[in-house]
Amino acid sequence: MSEPLLIDLSKRGRKAYCYPPLDLPRGFDQALPDLPEHLTRQKPARLPEVAELDVVRHFTRLSNLVHGVDNGMYPLGSCTMKYNPKLGEHIAAMEQFTHIHPLQDISTVQGCLSVMYNLLEDLSSITGMSWGSLQPCAGAHGEYTGLKMISAYFLEKGETQRRRVLIPVSAHGTNPASAAVVGFDVVEVKSNKDGLVDIEDLAPKLDETVAALMLTNPNTLGLFEKEILTISEMVHDVGGLLYYDGANLNAIMGMATPGDMGFDVLHLNLHKTFSTPHGGGGPGSGPVMVNDRLRPFLPKPDIELTDSGYVYRWDGEQSIGKVSMFWGNFLVALRAYVYILRMGSEGIKAASQHAVLNANYLAAKIGERIAIPYGKRAMHEFVASAKALRHENGTTAQDLAKTLIDEGYHPPTVYFPLLVEEALMFEPTESESVESLDRFVEAFFRVLDLAERDPEYLKEAPHHTPVGRLDEVRAVKEPELRY
Amino acid sequence: MSTINEHVRYSQDHEWVRIEGKKAYVGISDHAQAELGEIVYVELPPVGERYEQGEEISTVESVKAASAIINPIAGVVSEVNEQLDGSPELINEDCYTAHLYVLSDFDQGQYDGLLDPQAYATFLATL
Repeated sequence: MSEPLLIDLSKRGRKAYCYPPLDLPRGFDQALPDLPEHLTRQKPARLPEVAELDVVRHFTRLSNLVHGVDNGMYPLGSCTMKYNPKLGEHIAAMEQFTHIHPLQDISTVQGCLSVMYNLLEDLSSITGMSWGSLQPCAGAHGEYTGLKMISAYFLEKGETQRRRVLIPVSAHGTNPASAAVVGFDVVEVKSNKDGLVDIEDLAPKLDETVAALMLTNPNTLGLFEKEILTISEMVHDVGGLLYYDGANLNAIMGMATPGDMGFDVLHLNLHKTFSTPHGGGGPGSGPVMVNDRLRPFLPKPDIELTDSGYVYRWDGEQSIGKVSMFWGNFLVALRAYVYILRMGSEGIKAASQHAVLNANYLAAKIGERIAIPYGKRAMHEFVASAKALRHENGTTAQDLAKTLIDEGYHPPTVYFPLLVEEALMFEPTESESVESLDRFVEAFFRVLDLAERDPEYLKEAPHHTPVGRLDEVRAVKEPELRY
Repeated sequence: MSTINEHVRYSQDHEWVRIEGKKAYVGISDHAQAELGEIVYVELPPVGERYEQGEEISTVESVKAASAIINPIAGVVSEVNEQLDGSPELINEDCYTAHLYVLSDFDQGQYDGLLDPQAYATFLATL
């Protein structure tokens, strides 16, 4: 059953509030400055008028229609939809954190500053970097910030000819987008037959016009770039820098660090790897971390621990400045800090180990029935292909994904990375037990059985949701962005 | 099985070229449109601009992905198919009539070097 919009439930005069009588003197609004006519509303805004119970029922029903990791498995590849422990929510809801203001005297918020400082220390040790900034509010914002720092670094060195950023074809789409927004020219690097960066394609593209290579390791096929030390040496040899997209950090924590691999700057997704809620709009948090070379260019203010407590440092002359209001999404950073403290260094390492184990277990099972073009041995995620099925009877990755919704699962990522035709990208995360993975495999196999028996049924899927197959073409071509 | 038009030549990037007098029509192959899925937007190149062979000339966007169009032979863009602006789905309906753009002063040698229909069919079979 689909849920009407709140405005469709509206009845004139029905309301959920009751104001006390006006106790301001008559004519009080005359004291307000005159607004230009064209900026003053001529008739009241059309807002839904509903009773409190209508509002409560509406949003309760909507919340029951949502699928989140609290309802069931969410193997959306490259998104690391791991469980978000309730302890993080509990602590982030404490009024000691919610009833403060970023502009109040810092002597009264030393605890919050210590959270940010200690989190940066922990993230530095997990990534093998020197220091960082919590200001960026999402992954792509982190990419933007990191690339701005790279740009500032070369400006400082007078190497303004470095306008090219090399990006492998398997990269997340945000990488070329961020590089373009910062003003770099994007150059694509091909993948070899094993799905890794093609060094022979990379070599001739490296010269003194290269600012950076952006890389995700493991890459979006869930494969570890084994030649990373060679790659980083090649890039550094021509004076370029290495950018690490931290989207897949969940595969390597406690076992390898981007710092050791030779990366100069990276962003993290606290909302993926460090278990803060995401999906449905965030809020996210995408801290940037750097080595000593780029540290002077970090956004300001920095946080420093002095004899008299934590202070903000505004004096970084080479800093690229602020990249968000105040200090980023503080309550998200707080949840990540709670996660790290609760897990401990052994727990963080175990999380990555279990994430890799779960992905390989799932790949071994699912690989019995569907092709995994770049091999069943992966890191924390793997990419299957529905190409054979599509050639056989027209069933696409999209059809399989939509039918999985009827089985009560969030689908895997589809049609990404572009290297794999009819791609289905699975990332089970460490949160799922072996029983949970087995149930998912059974459900996926039921979908495959159905695809062989009745491919037409899949074309119309999902069948058991409030709305069926959405018209994606019309949504793109004729978007209705308001009521 | 994708349709292969007999009156055009193909690039390995799945663009086709059809020569009519002094005009070279360029579009994308049936294989390309089927892989892309439903096309929702086509960015057309500026008229009057010269593009070399292998240069990225425009972008075709589908519900799945945005893909670069690689110019198959050098030439000057003399016309673009403006119908695609409002109706990009014409490419899905008949990719061999819905060309993207027309080149003048094109490189005949490069055209001769493209895959003929039979060679393109063989190439597709290897994918």
